[in-house]
Amino acid sequence: MSRVPVSLEVNGTHYEREVEPRTLLVHFLRDDLGLTGTHVGCDTSNCGACTCHLDGDAVKSCTVLAVQADGSAVKTIEGMGTEADLHPLQEAFWAHHGLQCGYCTPGMIMASADLLARNPNPDEAAVREALGGNLCRCTGYHNIVKAVLAAAEATQPREVSA
Amino acid sequence: MSVADEPKTTGNGFVGRAMRRKEDPRLITGRGRYVDDLTPQGTLWCAFVRSTEAHARIVSIDKSEAEALPGVHAVYTGEDMEALGILDALPMAWVPPEVEVRNAKHWPLARGEVKFVGDPIAVVIGEGRYAMQDAAESVFVDLEPLPVAIDLEAALRDGAPLVHEELGTNRVHDWTLAGGDVEAAMAEADVVVERRIVNHRTAGAPIETRGVVAEPRGVGMTLTSSTQVPHFVRLFLALLLGESEEKVRVIAPEVGGGFGTKLQVCGEEVLLAAAARKLGRPCKWIETRSENMMVTHHGRDQIDYVKMGAKRDGTVTGVHVKILADMGAYLMLLTPTIPSLGAFVMSGCYAFDAVQTDITGVYTNKCPTDAIRGAGRPEATHMIEVTMDQLAHELGMDRVELRRKNFITEFPAETALGIVYDSGDYHGSLDKLLEHFDVEAFEREKADAAKAGKRLGVGYSTYTEICGLAPSRVTGPQGFGLQTGLWESGMVRVHFTGAVTAYTGCSPHGQGQETTFAQIIADRLGVDPANVEIMHGDTGTGPHGLGTYGSRTTAVGGEAIVRATNKVADKAKRIVAHMLEAAPEDIEVEDGKFSVKGSPGKGMTMAEIAGAAFIPDNLPEDMEPGLEETAFYDPSNFVFPFGAHAAIVEVDPETGRVDVRRYVAVDDCGPAINPTIIDGQVHGGVVHSIGQALYEQVHYDEAGQLVTGTFVDYCLPSAADVPSIETDRTETPSPVNQLGVKGIGEAGTIASTAAITNAVIDALRPEGITFINMPLTPVRVWEALNEARETGSAGEARRDGDRRETT
Repeated sequence: MSRVPVSLEVNGTHYEREVEPRTLLVHFLRDDLGLTGTHVGCDTSNCGACTCHLDGDAVKSCTVLAVQADGSAVKTIEGMGTEADLHPLQEAFWAHHGLQCGYCTPGMIMASADLLARNPNPDEAAVREALGGNLCRCTGYHNIVKAVLAAAEATQPREVSA
Repeated sequence: MSVADEPKTTGNGFVGRAMRRKEDPRLITGRGRYVDDLTPQGTLWCAFVRSTEAHARIVSIDKSEAEALPGVHAVYTGEDMEALGILDALPMAWVPPEVEVRNAKHWPLARGEVKFVGDPIAVVIGEGRYAMQDAAESVFVDLEPLPVAIDLEAALRDGAPLVHEELGTNRVHDWTLAGGDVEAAMAEADVVVERRIVNHRTAGAPIETRGVVAEPRGVGMTLTSSTQVPHFVRLFLALLLGESEEKVRVIAPEVGGGFGTKLQVCGEEVLLAAAARKLGRPCKWIETRSENMMVTHHGRDQIDYVKMGAKRDGTVTGVHVKILADMGAYLMLLTPTIPSLGAFVMSGCYAFDAVQTDITGVYTNKCPTDAIRGAGRPEATHMIEVTMDQLAHELGMDRVELRRKNFITEFPAETALGIVYDSGDYHGSLDKLLEHFDVEAFEREKADAAKAGKRLGVGYSTYTEICGLAPSRVTGPQGFGLQTGLWESGMVRVHFTGAVTAYTGCSPHGQGQETTFAQIIADRLGVDPANVEIMHGDTGTGPHGLGTYGSRTTAVGGEAIVRATNKVADKAKRIVAHMLEAAPEDIEVEDGKFSVKGSPGKGMTMAEIAGAAFIPDNLPEDMEPGLEETAFYDPSNFVFPFGAHAAIVEVDPETGRVDVRRYVAVDDCGPAINPTIIDGQVHGGVVHSIGQALYEQVHYDEAGQLVTGTFVDYCLPSAADVPSIETDRTETPSPVNQLGVKGIGEAGTIASTAAITNAVIDALRPEGITFINMPLTPVRVWEALNEARETGSAGEARRDGDRRETT
C-alpha cells in the first residue's frame, strides 16, 4: 500500500514518518513511535483507553488517522509527567487509588486533564459526565472521580493566580 | 492446621495501613508493559477467520488467494493440527467422581463443523498488523448451515438440534449437591415460594482484550500472554505441544483486567506457540474488541428454579434449586464447574436444615461460558437473596427480620451441605449496614418522590461466599474432581544488602499484591516495603503456582508468603542470636531491627543479618549461607467472607429507567492489610454487578447471531451511570490462615445484583409489580409496568419476567 508523509510534534519532539494513509493515530503512536502508554480497548471509540490530546483537545486516537494529525501537536500520557515529576492528576490517581490494572488509566488521565482545562473546578456530577466516554472495569469509578476532584482542588490556587 | 501452627511475629505496623500502591508509578506514567506493547524483531502477526454461522458444516476452505498475498507466511486450518504438532484438543479440567461429563473435542481451529459464531476456522500469519487483517478476508470459507440450538430450555427438548451430534444429546451433565431432606422440608413448610429466576449471560469485558506473543527459542519457547494463570498455560502448552515443561516459559506481563476471562487455556495460546515453533519466528495476536465479545468466554447464563419453604414464623425449612446452566458450544477449562461453585454456598448466611441443588449443564450454539468474577456464587446469592425477599412478602414479614431469624450465629458452622463456614458475624455486618440508613428519612423521601411521580425502593442482600480456592483435598480429583491441586507457593529471597525480592505463584493483575505482600513481608523482616519487590506471572523465575482467581491470592498466596517469610525470619533470628550471644527465642522484630527482648539497643538490621549470611565466616555451626526460603501452602479449609449490602434506587414509571441513588456495602474479609485496596475491590465489584443488574446482557438472536458484539451494543456502565459507593467494614478473622484474611475481589459482584433487584421490586410494588428478572433495563421495566397496568399485577403469577428484549 502506498505511503504518505506525516510531520507532527509529539510530547514536544518533532517526528517525520511515512505511513499507510489508513494508519490510526493510536497505532502510529504505539507502533511507529514506540509510545505504548496510549492503549487500545475497543474498536468503536467507546472505551477511551486511547485518549490523548491533539492540539490541546482530548481525542480518541483510535478514531483519528495519523494523517489527520499532520502538522499538529500531540500529547500522550508519556508527556504528562515522569515518576520523578508527576502531573497533579497522576499524583492524585496514585494518592486516591484511582487505578487497579492500569489499562484505562492513561486515557482517564488524559480525559480528566481535558476536563480540568475547560472546567478547573468541576463538581462530582461534572466529573462523572466528562468521563462518560472512558470505561473502567476495575475501580467502579469511585476513586477515579475522587482523584479528579482532588487534582482540581490541588491545582485550583495556581489556576486562580495565573 | 490452626493459627497456632506458627507464631505470629510482632509487626512493624505496615499491615493495616492504607499505603499507596507500589504498582502505580509505572502505570500512571504510561510505562506499564502489556502484551501489545511487546513486538520482538521479526514478529509475524496473526489474524483469525471466524465462523459467521452458529452451526454449520465446513464444506471447503480456499486459502490460495490469501497465501499468495505479499507478506503472508502461512495459513493454517483445523486440518493442520498434526502438521503443527498439536497433540490433543484443549483441556477441560473437571472429572467429578461418578458423574459423567460429556465433553466434545475442542480444537484450536474448527474441524469439520463450526459450533458458534466466532468459532475460529483459519489463522493467517504474516507481516503487518493491518495487512493480516486484510489477508484473513481473502480466505474463502464455504459453510453449509445446520439447525441451531440457542434457547437453553428448548435445547433439552426431544428433537432439538444437537450441538455435537456424536454425543447424542445436548445434556452435558447432571450434578447434585444435597444436605438434609428437602422433600420433608417442603412438606413441613406453611408457605412455599417458587420462582423462576433468570441469571442472564454477561461478558467479563476487561478493558484490555486477550493477546499473545509466542517466541521460539533454539529449544523451546517463551509465550507472553494476557493471562491470570501462567503456570496452567505453561503446563498445557508442554502437554499439548509435546515439549518438556522446563523448555516452555510463560509470562503474564502487565495484565489489563481479567475478571475470570483470562482464567483459561486458550486455543489462540496453543496455536500461536505451535505456529511460532514451526515458522521459527515470533507470532503475535491481539484480540479485537469484537473478537473479545464474540469468543472470549461469557459468564452466568442460568435459569434457576428456586423453591423455598418456611414456617409462618419465618423459619426457613429448606431450599431446593434446579439450575439449567448454559455451557455454550464447548467446555472450556472450568465451564461445567461454575454453577457448582454456587451450590456450595446455596445456604447463604442461613441455618437452613435442608438444601439441595440439582444442576444440568446444556450445550447450545453460543460462545462457551466459564468463570466470570464470582463464578457461580453471584448466581447462588442472587437466587437466595431475591427469594428471601419474595418469601418475606408472602409471610408479611419485614425483610431484614426474616434474614435475622435465619442467620447462622455460631462459628465454625457446618451447613446442611457439610461445608464448614470458618467464621462470621452476620448480625454484626447487618447492624453496621443499618447504621448508614435513616429509615424515617428514607420513608419521607419515598413519599416525596411518589408525589413527584417517581418510585423509590430499598433492597438488601446479605451474603457469604466461598473463596480462597484450595483446599486440594476438597477440590481435587478424589473430591470435587478438579484435575489439579489448588495450593500456592511463596519464595522470599533476601539480597546481600537486606533488600528483598519475593515470588508468588499467584498472578495479580490489578488487585495490588505487589503492595500488600510487601506490607506483609516488611512487618516480619523489619524492612521498608519500598525495598520489597514482589515478582509474579513468570514461570521462568519463581516456583510453580496456581494463579489469581476465586479471591484466593491473599488468603492462599499471602499465607504462602507469610510461611516463607517466617522461615527467613527464623533463620535471621538464629543468626542474630549467634552473633549477639542470645537465645533465638529471645529475638524479636521491632522498629526495623531483630533485637534481643528487653534490650532494644541490642539488635541487628536485615542489612546486617544479610551481610552475615552472605559472608558466612561467623554463622552457627552447620548453617547454610544465604537467606532465602520457599513455602508451599495448601489450606485446611476455604474461607468465607461475608457482608450486608443495600441499594436505594429510583425508578421512573414513565420510562422504566432505574437510577441507583445510594449503594452501601459492609464487607468482612478479615483484618485489613490495606484498607484502601479493599475498598477499591468492593467499588469495582459492586459496579460490575450494577452493570449486570441494570445494563449488560450478551444477546443472541434466534439464529445464534451475536447482537451485542461491541461496546456500542453491550452496555458497560460508565462513571455517569453509577453513584459513588459507600463502604464500611467489620473485621472477623478467619481461623484458617495466620493473617486471618478472607478474600474481597469478588464480594461486591456476589452481593449486589440481589440488592439492586430487590430495591427495584420494592420500588415497583405500589405499581403492582411483585417480581422481575434482570437485566432491569428501561424496556423491561416499562413492559412490566404496562403489564401490571393492564392486568393488575406482574411478576410471580407468570413466573417468568424474562421477556426477550430486542436490545
